[in-house]
Amino acid sequence: MKRRVFDVTSLPGFTTTAILTFVLLYAPILTLVFYSFNGSNSVNMWGGFSLKWYKIAWENEAVQSAAVRSFVIAAWASAISTVVATMAALGTTRRGQFKGQSFIYIMINQPLMVPEIVTAVSLLIFFASIKIATGYSGLAYLILAHAAFCVPFAYLPIRARLEGMDLAMETAAADLYATPWQTFRFITFPLLLPGIIAGAMLAFVISLDDVIITEFVKSAGQDTLPTYMLGQLRRALTPEVNAISTALLAVTIVMLTAFFIITRKRD
Amino acid sequence: MKTLLLAGTALIAATVAHAEGQLNLYNWGNYTSPEMIEAFTAETGITVTITDYDSNSTALAKVEAGGSGFDLVVPSANYVPIFVEKGLLQELDHSRLANIGNIAPQWVNVDWDQGRAYTIPWQWGTTGVAVNTSVYSGDVNTSDIFLRPPAELVGKVNVVPEMNDVIALTIFNVGGEACTEDLTVLREVRDLLMAAKESWISMDYGTTDKLSSNDLVATVNWNGSTMRARINNPDVVYGYPAEGYPLWMDSVGLLADAQNVDEAYLFLDFIMQPENAAMISNFARYANGIAGSEAFMDEVMQTAPEIVIPEEFAAAGHFLPTCPQSATDLYTAIWTELVK
Amino acid sequence: MSRAPRSRGANGWLLSAPALILLLIAANGPLLIIAVYSFLEPGDYSGVRWIFSGDAWFRILFHRDIFDGTVSLADANLSIFWRSIKLSLITTLITFAFGLPTAWFIATRPAKQRAIWLFLITIPFWTNLLIRTFAIMEVIRNQGLLNTALMNMGLITEPIQILYTDTAVLIGMTYVYLPLMVLPLFAAIDRFDFRLIEAGYDLYGSRLKVLRSVILPIIKPGIIAGCILVFTPSLGAYVTPRVLGGGKNMMIGNFIELQFGQGQNWPLGAALSLILLLSVLVALTIYAAVSRREKPS
Repeated sequence: MKRRVFDVTSLPGFTTTAILTFVLLYAPILTLVFYSFNGSNSVNMWGGFSLKWYKIAWENEAVQSAAVRSFVIAAWASAISTVVATMAALGTTRRGQFKGQSFIYIMINQPLMVPEIVTAVSLLIFFASIKIATGYSGLAYLILAHAAFCVPFAYLPIRARLEGMDLAMETAAADLYATPWQTFRFITFPLLLPGIIAGAMLAFVISLDDVIITEFVKSAGQDTLPTYMLGQLRRALTPEVNAISTALLAVTIVMLTAFFIITRKRD
Repeated sequence: MKTLLLAGTALIAATVAHAEGQLNLYNWGNYTSPEMIEAFTAETGITVTITDYDSNSTALAKVEAGGSGFDLVVPSANYVPIFVEKGLLQELDHSRLANIGNIAPQWVNVDWDQGRAYTIPWQWGTTGVAVNTSVYSGDVNTSDIFLRPPAELVGKVNVVPEMNDVIALTIFNVGGEACTEDLTVLREVRDLLMAAKESWISMDYGTTDKLSSNDLVATVNWNGSTMRARINNPDVVYGYPAEGYPLWMDSVGLLADAQNVDEAYLFLDFIMQPENAAMISNFARYANGIAGSEAFMDEVMQTAPEIVIPEEFAAAGHFLPTCPQSATDLYTAIWTELVK
Repeated sequence: MSRAPRSRGANGWLLSAPALILLLIAANGPLLIIAVYSFLEPGDYSGVRWIFSGDAWFRILFHRDIFDGTVSLADANLSIFWRSIKLSLITTLITFAFGLPTAWFIATRPAKQRAIWLFLITIPFWTNLLIRTFAIMEVIRNQGLLNTALMNMGLITEPIQILYTDTAVLIGMTYVYLPLMVLPLFAAIDRFDFRLIEAGYDLYGSRLKVLRSVILPIIKPGIIAGCILVFTPSLGAYVTPRVLGGGKNMMIGNFIELQFGQGQNWPLGAALSLILLLSVLVALTIYAAVSRREKPS
């Protein structure tokens, strides 16, 4: 165990590349945050320090409702897709080949294959006819659409994690007369948890990020933050977008911190 | 986690359930004055939700698919007849619009909506070119800026991907007429555009900001957007192509399946009041079609070269009519070839 | 003898059922509409006319000149396809090159630190796509971070035009999809038994060899997951090439969107999407075959 810390884990150039990656990942974001305090009206011409864009965004009702909506949809979509994906991963991994397994695999990963614009238009047409028939035009369509395309994003990390897991423990448990459910609950699930969490996080982010599908599927007044910003992009860009982004980032960091504290407890 | 979900859903349900006094406006992005909306809500108690779109075709597709829940949409002039023909707009009951007489006379009987049967004017403007004079100081009042760019501008010109505007400008440039189906003219248009494309750097929107920051030094642009850029960056100048430039107008229409019709009428009536129309104009920097609103507009709007068309270029402006399907098919074919 | 689950096929299907149903309703099912649409005639401004037509498929490979009717190979289309594949492959490679060390780095930090690093990698991850694309734009544009820094250092006198080129799109996609490569890799490496490295070290002696012969094969599922997660969205990317490519450097996604917008040719858009779908299916089949072959018993 002692050797692990130094010798074994430092591969040539890996640490440098990793650090460089982190720097490169953050530089653009930090620039964006920096410009959110821009006093002038332009996104990239500095005009002195000012908090005015935060004030503007805060008082902007459209931004408020879009933000809440984004988070609610993402939470629902992530929850649904992770549950569904975990079950599917359990059903398709480590069982050896069974009939139709690759079909399931393809079906589940299909949202990854199809460009969003295609799914977006097909969903638009499909849901529109339902909307007219039932008269319901609530968030369910968006949540459904999001949950669907989040499934593969939840599925793949869980599956990767499952495949790397050793069957021995579960077999041992079964030999000790544990029921499949007990085996799952006390052995498989805790071991799988990091994968599940990774999957849920991926799903949440993907849902929050979505632009095109949301743009086409949404009904009146169902803007999410990305679609709101897309609208801003088309006509005029102001540091309000920077302010919203920074605020969102701050919220995200807070949430992530809480999340990580909770997760670490389980380890 | 669960409590969060429940709380959030309750919140959303609450927002949705707030049915009294709702209005859903489907409009171009960043085109509606927040000040005006606030004033409207203050006066009527109606909450307005604005949803954005970035092109007429997106709006048409969305509305045509149905079930979108919008009440009002703001198409450009040449799209209004399309909306009407497809039965997407309902005829306006003028008796419910006390201010209908406020529409400026020249905007009442327009080709594409005689007597304003379906729409109320929102804003109108021109499409020309915007040039940063510190890079190029020659004549900017020509569509050659993007069709045969001068040396200083080669590789630096942007063209906004608005098919109707760009095709129209090019047709005028080669001496043709709007809605022409003359194949010789159109062939010239196609060849000219394809050759010019080599000198363009991009075909993108968001020009106001990029002009302000010198990311773009020349572009096909609308007058209001250029004005906003010039306010940020005095080097920017708006050019009216002498060969011919399009005039456009966006108008508000009431959707056939609108849920909040009463609220919609209140809104339409509201924006026909000069003070409110002025608010719309002051925000996006375009002129509007309501008589008497000049009195309420910002000082700068009265004299800005982008708003007040200079005498010598007045005749070169042509309002774009809705072209017959055959013409539009040709233009679309040229356009798709161009943008690929 | 280990107890294999009875009727594993049935269990497999049962467990997968919820996922399949959800996807059928809100993802796969509606796709059939697209398949049907590709064989119809385009409507006037949007939609379709329910008349059979193979024109959309014809148009994918061939181009009929509007004015003189000559038929030729659709160069513009092919260059768009090629650009998409090329950029997506390069993006996958670059994200892997950066992603593997990063995932490895995080997975090999002492347990206390690891959480912080994971935290740090997920923040850009959680930043909205549009925001990240704008952020990159702010860095590479003419008056952006990169050019200003280079000019201040005296390395260049005029800004380098990066924005609105293929390179910009590449940089953008790499930036946006990098976390998607890191997380599955991390999940796989995290499960990796490091004692195998010690053993491998004794066997091979060189770090590179250990990497190649011991580590990579075992974390292959994570690599495959990461590559899929990067390549496929890259191929169908829309927002990033739209914003950073300036509308001139189209990828397939933009080309498809064009058909549903200004192109006014829904059947063509549908046909193009099917082509895209097919290409990715091929890639996935290859991946599946490879991973099945290499699966540890």
